[in-house]
Amino acid sequence: MSTPLLEVEELRVRLPVRGGSISVVDGVDYVVAESEVFGVAGESGSGKTMSVLALIGLLPSGATASGRASFRGLDLLALRGRALRDIRGGGIGMVFQDPMTSLHPMLSIGQQIEEPIRQHLGVPRAGARRRAAELLDAVRLPDPERALRAYPHQFSGGMRQRVAIAIALAAEPELLIADEPTTALDVTVQAGIIRLLDALRRERGLSVVLITHDLGVMSAIADRIAVFYAGRVVETGPRDDLLRHPRHPYTKALLDALPHPELPADHPLVPIAGTPPAPAAVPEGCAFHPRCDHRLEACSVVVPELVHDGPRAFACPVDPFVRA
Amino acid sequence: MSVLEIDSLEVTYERRDRARFRAVAGASLAIGQGEIVGLVGESGCGKSSLARAAVGLVAPTAGTIRFEGRPVVPLTRRARSADLTRLQLVFQNPYSSLNPRRRVGDQVGDGIAVGTGRSGKTARVVELLELVGLSSNARSRYPHEFSGGQRQRIAIARALAADPSLIVLDEPLASLDASAQAQVANLLLDLSQRLSLSLLLISHDLAIVHHVADVVSVMYLGKIVESGATEALWADPQHPYTEALIGAVPHPDGTGTMPEVLPGEVPDPAMPPRGCRFHPRCPHVMDVCRTDEPPLEPIGESRLAACWLHAPEARNESSMPRAPVHPRA
Amino acid sequence: MSELAASRSDLRAAARATRPAWRQPLAVTGAVIAAAWLIIAVFAPLVAPYDPLAQDFPAFQPPSGAHLFGTDELGRDVLSRVIYGSRLSIPLALLLVTVSATIGGLSGAAAGYFRGITDGVVMRVSDLVFAFPAIILAMVVTAVLGRGVRNAVLAIVIVSWPSYARVVRGLVLSIGDSEYVQSARLLGVSSRSALRREVLPNVAGPVLVLATLDLGTAILLLSGLSFLGLGAQPPHPEWGAMVATGTQYFQYWWMGTFPGLAIFTAVMAFNFLGDSLRDVFDPRTAQEGRRVR
Repeated sequence: MSTPLLEVEELRVRLPVRGGSISVVDGVDYVVAESEVFGVAGESGSGKTMSVLALIGLLPSGATASGRASFRGLDLLALRGRALRDIRGGGIGMVFQDPMTSLHPMLSIGQQIEEPIRQHLGVPRAGARRRAAELLDAVRLPDPERALRAYPHQFSGGMRQRVAIAIALAAEPELLIADEPTTALDVTVQAGIIRLLDALRRERGLSVVLITHDLGVMSAIADRIAVFYAGRVVETGPRDDLLRHPRHPYTKALLDALPHPELPADHPLVPIAGTPPAPAAVPEGCAFHPRCDHRLEACSVVVPELVHDGPRAFACPVDPFVRA
Repeated sequence: MSVLEIDSLEVTYERRDRARFRAVAGASLAIGQGEIVGLVGESGCGKSSLARAAVGLVAPTAGTIRFEGRPVVPLTRRARSADLTRLQLVFQNPYSSLNPRRRVGDQVGDGIAVGTGRSGKTARVVELLELVGLSSNARSRYPHEFSGGQRQRIAIARALAADPSLIVLDEPLASLDASAQAQVANLLLDLSQRLSLSLLLISHDLAIVHHVADVVSVMYLGKIVESGATEALWADPQHPYTEALIGAVPHPDGTGTMPEVLPGEVPDPAMPPRGCRFHPRCPHVMDVCRTDEPPLEPIGESRLAACWLHAPEARNESSMPRAPVHPRA
Repeated sequence: MSELAASRSDLRAAARATRPAWRQPLAVTGAVIAAAWLIIAVFAPLVAPYDPLAQDFPAFQPPSGAHLFGTDELGRDVLSRVIYGSRLSIPLALLLVTVSATIGGLSGAAAGYFRGITDGVVMRVSDLVFAFPAIILAMVVTAVLGRGVRNAVLAIVIVSWPSYARVVRGLVLSIGDSEYVQSARLLGVSSRSALRREVLPNVAGPVLVLATLDLGTAILLLSGLSFLGLGAQPPHPEWGAMVATGTQYFQYWWMGTFPGLAIFTAVMAFNFLGDSLRDVFDPRTAQEGRRVR
């Protein structure tokens, strides 16, 4: 594998609550290579968003992060002030879920894209304007010149998300973090954004950390996937292998609970018993054990280690799925 | 006789800027007993407006809605007549569709016929809660003590209290996570079978509709463009929009197949395109499509489609594919 | 709210690490002072050292051991007068607020429920009242009706009811449009029953908050009118009137300062109480419920 672009080790995030603090990310390790789309999958409360907010210093006030996150030879978790601001946008760009609220409603599109260009690349106004138009073209927005003068409310959700991607790429980062970028969009619009992200990463050699609960979206674009549950990574691996041969009971259960339109309509939808635990109430031992069909005695006591097997890794001593 | 019959329904709204537009511009639909019909479409297609008009929350501007042979009268200040309470609605957002200050049992009991004694009412509430997979002690609790999936089940129990023959569900799974979605989807299938209940399931999630519905109707910009049995429609869509929708759904199968892109954007419902509303984005557009609106017509076994590709006179015309919106799209 | 957004707001709420709203120091202070005034008002004859109307003592005495608040221009004990003053201000304020809330609440509910002409009339009259500063309008009413406590109360009721009308109307409209009310209507519940069962329980909280804050305003308006000579007439010991007299005798500072402090502490106490009540009822700052799994 080529040199890793981002290496996260033992990442832990704690949030303050009445009478103490709770752990929302509990010892997470993963590696993102160059020019790779790394998918972070998980349901609500799995800690997937908090783990990336920690990387760019956007955790809520009072939250603490520990561990290491190496990017370009720096430890992201130790950055402050100027160094942190330089990385945000300049090294790592971020796209959020809701394009309705992630763009500034009172500034023109041009102003919003030009700001990071001028700030991080030091390009004067005329040059920044030209680059902004190029970026809008790169994200396939029709009539970029006119779009630069327009305001967010004049665009549809899909177009706004394209603008958000353009802003995130304005300062030419090497890594793009996209947190549920298509969840709020219609399926045909989503298809456009997925293809766009794929095209952009090929054209620019970009790495993408794609966070989503939608395994279909993951399947279309991710190269490797990490599955989060209750603040821990339970499984990682290459996309096709992981989705076709899951090794962790949660991954398998999640796949079974999803509708697979490529299969006949009467293929059963198997719900997972119970609900994902709230961060304050994570079960002892393996966090998934109360909902697991394959649990053993040991599962309620010992937190399983992430075991590596070639390109795959999974945190389950049971490994009930013998590969065919 | 169909349980619910919607004929040429039109629902018009007036926007803030005084522009009037037809959210539903002439839609027809029929649902039989015990049938699950999925109504799919993207933002702005009018499916929610259709759902609200179907139960009488919004008055139609044209067309008729008949439930069990009787016209559906829009809600007035008076209490709804007993026969119309057999037509129920479940909302999308389980966090706002239950009163935060009333106990679950009280809310579920709202629909139970007046005249049932107190103990009878309690027994029925318990029965309904268990029917949707919740324990009987839920009735003394408040909505905020439950998760989204559980709240949605409470909303379904409340609708069931009126002993309905048809329930309209407006995006019932959209706010839920994967486990809850599967639970509620299975519950709906189960209830439909057990109680011979008809369902009109409005959703933008084609994958779930494919799993749950017997019949699927596809809506675009206020009109129904295709309708048919789920498997048949999925395997062989007859309308270009249906084809595009199905192609855009990503599958979690690990193959890395990219979803299909539909070029262009949904037009402003206040200014729909002339002729076929889909024509500016259609890969098979012909001259007639730009001027005349195709009617929704039967094309074979229980299939309806509104497309000139299936009209005999259109077959002889040459098809001129439109240039894509962006060269690299 | 999606499951995802709901869990995020849970985390944020947990992170705020707040104490329940009613345990905040300001709330406790407000409650204690308000309770103190209520007790003083009820037990005034037992608490006051002298008869408030008795002109038995030397006039203009500064505060001393015998007269903690000194004596006024007619030789009356200021402390006793301040204590008996609470017997005027506080019960009147309570009465006033109750009447305003009732009138305002009913008209607001009617406006929201019936809409149309009823709504128009109620709202336009409210707008008319809001167009004038409260004290000016109250002055005009008392000037027309004549001086005295009874007319002062009437004037303040006229000035206060529209706030309640507006709040209740807004709630009736918004809750009336809510999905749970629509569901109830579809289930065969009549509009009136829905109003009673779904809307009214949600209305009580905000009205209570408004009423508590209004108590402070009522006391202030009552005192203001009396200060101007339009409310309580001599020799009744009303705080505002006493402050007015005090301004004529500035060198005898105790005559005006202590009644002024009484007004200040009473109004402040009810304001604190009202603010903390608002936090109790606001779903975002109130205590979170437990989750059933």
